[in-house]
Amino acid sequence: MKNEALFRFLLRLGDDSLILGQRLAEWCGHGPILEEDIAMTNISLDLIGQAMSILDYAGVVEDKGRDCDKLGLLRFESEYVNLLLVEQPNGDFGDTMMRQFLFDAFRKPLYERLVNSSDKQLAAIADKSLKETRYHLKHSSEWIIRLGDGTEESHTRIQNSLDTLWRYSSELFYSDEVDNELTKTGILPDLSGIRSEWEATVNSVFQQATIVIPTNNWKFEGGRLGRHSEHFGHLLSELQYMQRAYPNMQW
Amino acid sequence: MVDKAQIYSWLEEVSDPEIPVLSVIDLGVVRNAQIIDGDWLITITPTYSGCPAMKTMEEDILSKLKEKGVDSVKVELVLAPAWSTDWLSENGRMKLREYGIAPPEHEVDKSVLFAEPTVVPCPKCGSRNTRMVSQFGSTACKALYQCNECQEPYDYFKCLK
Ligand SMILES: [Zn+2]
Repeated sequence: MKNEALFRFLLRLGDDSLILGQRLAEWCGHGPILEEDIAMTNISLDLIGQAMSILDYAGVVEDKGRDCDKLGLLRFESEYVNLLLVEQPNGDFGDTMMRQFLFDAFRKPLYERLVNSSDKQLAAIADKSLKETRYHLKHSSEWIIRLGDGTEESHTRIQNSLDTLWRYSSELFYSDEVDNELTKTGILPDLSGIRSEWEATVNSVFQQATIVIPTNNWKFEGGRLGRHSEHFGHLLSELQYMQRAYPNMQW
Repeated sequence: MVDKAQIYSWLEEVSDPEIPVLSVIDLGVVRNAQIIDGDWLITITPTYSGCPAMKTMEEDILSKLKEKGVDSVKVELVLAPAWSTDWLSENGRMKLREYGIAPPEHEVDKSVLFAEPTVVPCPKCGSRNTRMVSQFGSTACKALYQCNECQEPYDYFKCLK
């Protein structure tokens, strides 16, 4: 393999998009209103498209003949390295929007930096994806504010969503030898400012939404190393069903 | 001898499967056509990452050129530079309007939360008294609008830059 660290970085990036795209696709036909059904499936499509570009490129870097389908649909559970946040179940519409918002607020500043990667293909994927992510963040931010600053019922429920999902947010900033190696070799630009940018976004939106960040410090991490929550196996069984039942099938 | 202009004019006959009034040339997804080692290489770029029409366009380009007698053709997908709605041709914008889809205004929807959405004139009656129904429409590239004058609901080919 030409660059093991780059391969692992691309898997993390690609798996986040793939798994969140799969979760959003579960809303297809179940959205609370038609416009939101269409919005969530459109965002899902963007994410799955991004995952295809990223995982295809991961396959090129790995150089073992695996493409986005093989990497996306035929790995075992412990080989997926997405964030625990993105695999959490959809819950109600508020839970889905909160999961999306915490993620979008992170993805936008991440892509804004990856655009300057010295790796041309990674920079091209980031540039393409950033344009889409801006629309996603606007959509999820507006819903958090609308629900939080809405009725008593919607306020209580979106506050509960935040209380449930907050514990998965620290993993967004997980960093290890993969990132260090890529920063050293100049493939990754300096990513250190992402966290403060993310905090500024979430604080501003939560303030307008009149909801508060929970004070307990529980943190759940492990996804980046392949340790998943109990929900993940069920998600995979659905995601992988067709390729497992009909190996090598083409759509 | 087939040249690049000839290839482009044949590709005018290949339409976007989701917006059949537009050709792949109008849409701006065809980036180049060149001969590499005796084979034509057609370079295309996706509008949105997940655009499900790309695969169909690729196959349609191949079969159109075969039909015209160009046998050794390859289609390659590139991501950079990223497609933007500025690549949509003038001709394409006109065809969209006639088809009932409002072409992109040269203005990205503001990322400011709850900003007033872009004013998009109604493709039926031309009124500017319209409203956005949803930022996300029937395909990745469109938003949904409605005219307050004639009540026509219509797609807006949203601006991507
Ligand atoms: Zn009208």
